Amino acid sequence: MAVSWQDTGIVLTTRRLGEHDLLLGVLSRQHGRHAGVVKGGAGRRGRGLYQPGNQLALTWRARLEDHLGTFSAELTEARAAALFDRPGPLAGLAAACAVLAATLPERDPWPDIHDDLVRLLAALGDDNWAVAYVRWEASLLADLGFGLDLSACAVTGRTDDLAYVSPRTGRAVCREAAGPYRARLLPLPAFLLAEVPPGPGDLANGLALTAHFLAQHVLAPRPLPQPRAGLGQWLD
Amino acid sequence: MSDDGARIGHLIQLLARLPGLGPRSARRAALHLVKKRDSLLVPLLKALEGVAETVAPCTICGNYDTINPCAICADPERQPGLLCVVAEVGDLWALERGGSFPGRYHVLGGLLSPLDGIGPEDLGLDRLTARCQSERVEEVILALPATVDGQTTAHVIAKRLGGVGTTVSTLAQGVPVGGELDYLDDGTLSTALKARRPVL
Repeated sequence: MAVSWQDTGIVLTTRRLGEHDLLLGVLSRQHGRHAGVVKGGAGRRGRGLYQPGNQLALTWRARLEDHLGTFSAELTEARAAALFDRPGPLAGLAAACAVLAATLPERDPWPDIHDDLVRLLAALGDDNWAVAYVRWEASLLADLGFGLDLSACAVTGRTDDLAYVSPRTGRAVCREAAGPYRARLLPLPAFLLAEVPPGPGDLANGLALTAHFLAQHVLAPRPLPQPRAGLGQWLD
Repeated sequence: MSDDGARIGHLIQLLARLPGLGPRSARRAALHLVKKRDSLLVPLLKALEGVAETVAPCTICGNYDTINPCAICADPERQPGLLCVVAEVGDLWALERGGSFPGRYHVLGGLLSPLDGIGPEDLGLDRLTARCQSERVEEVILALPATVDGQTTAHVIAKRLGGVGTTVSTLAQGVPVGGELDYLDDGTLSTALKARRPVL
């Protein structure tokens, strides 16, 4: 018996399949990361629709549950086109989609991660897009079970003056306890602890911090996806 | 199957590899060619042989032509200070059909695509930078697709050319000629609104 479902989703990846069709990868709200063929998706109408970051109302159909199946979709929010003229946020959008495509298992529902991505895509239009991006990756790590523990210093238990993170445990370390180990710790940007604007170097430190734990705990032995690895060049 | 039948079968297989043709349409095309032997098959054969022998990519811009440098690069009437960067030769031909671009071209041969493993070195961006410097290009027009990959490629090129002292511009995005607002997608409408200009 044929199976089908309807859901909302965000385009993560697209790849041409033959001349007219498209292999679409989305993050749907109730059905997780899901792939399917879009018949005629590489055509004139589909080209604007199936862009990474675009939010769609999806219908997936297949003869059996295990089959790849086919998607049909309608655009609900054109996120990609709104960022075309802004290199940093556009790179952030590409990085977020590439990270999710590389980290999430298929057909496993992650409604919180979907909702966080929707919020990130909206925030990428703001001036503080990079802060939103780093916070989103920290939240993604937490959702995947590798969250940073920034509640107190791992050495002294202090809750103030937290300035570093242990690259092994992901726990915060205060400036005083860091002492001679400072060079081996990852700098902790203050905007991950409180609603403060980023200081000099904070954004690069934030990206390096989340990249380290994504690479070590989630992606290893694979490297960071190329759009994420090159995101730092667009911070200025 | 006879030897002749096998040859026609091979022809059908080859034709089916062409864009726009599947096995059924390739069969129809092969049958048509065989029927129109003198008026179509033989001239087509000669044309294909001619193209195979003489057409090659231009070493300067990447366009296909029978001469190298191509007719566009060799044309003294073309403005040397104006360079249009396109993804594929088909895009160059589309702009040439319009006949409104007086400068020269640079064909990248693709777009940055992490999924397909295409990075800046695969597109020869260093060659483009060197060309802008050696030919004293005043303006580079990035005529790349309005897609995430296309615009990411455009931003990477613009960043690379930042130190060359060349003006970098992109094509406008918005309402196409003959387009009705009711039928446009949200993305096109929002970029058209962003790119609005005063009438008076």
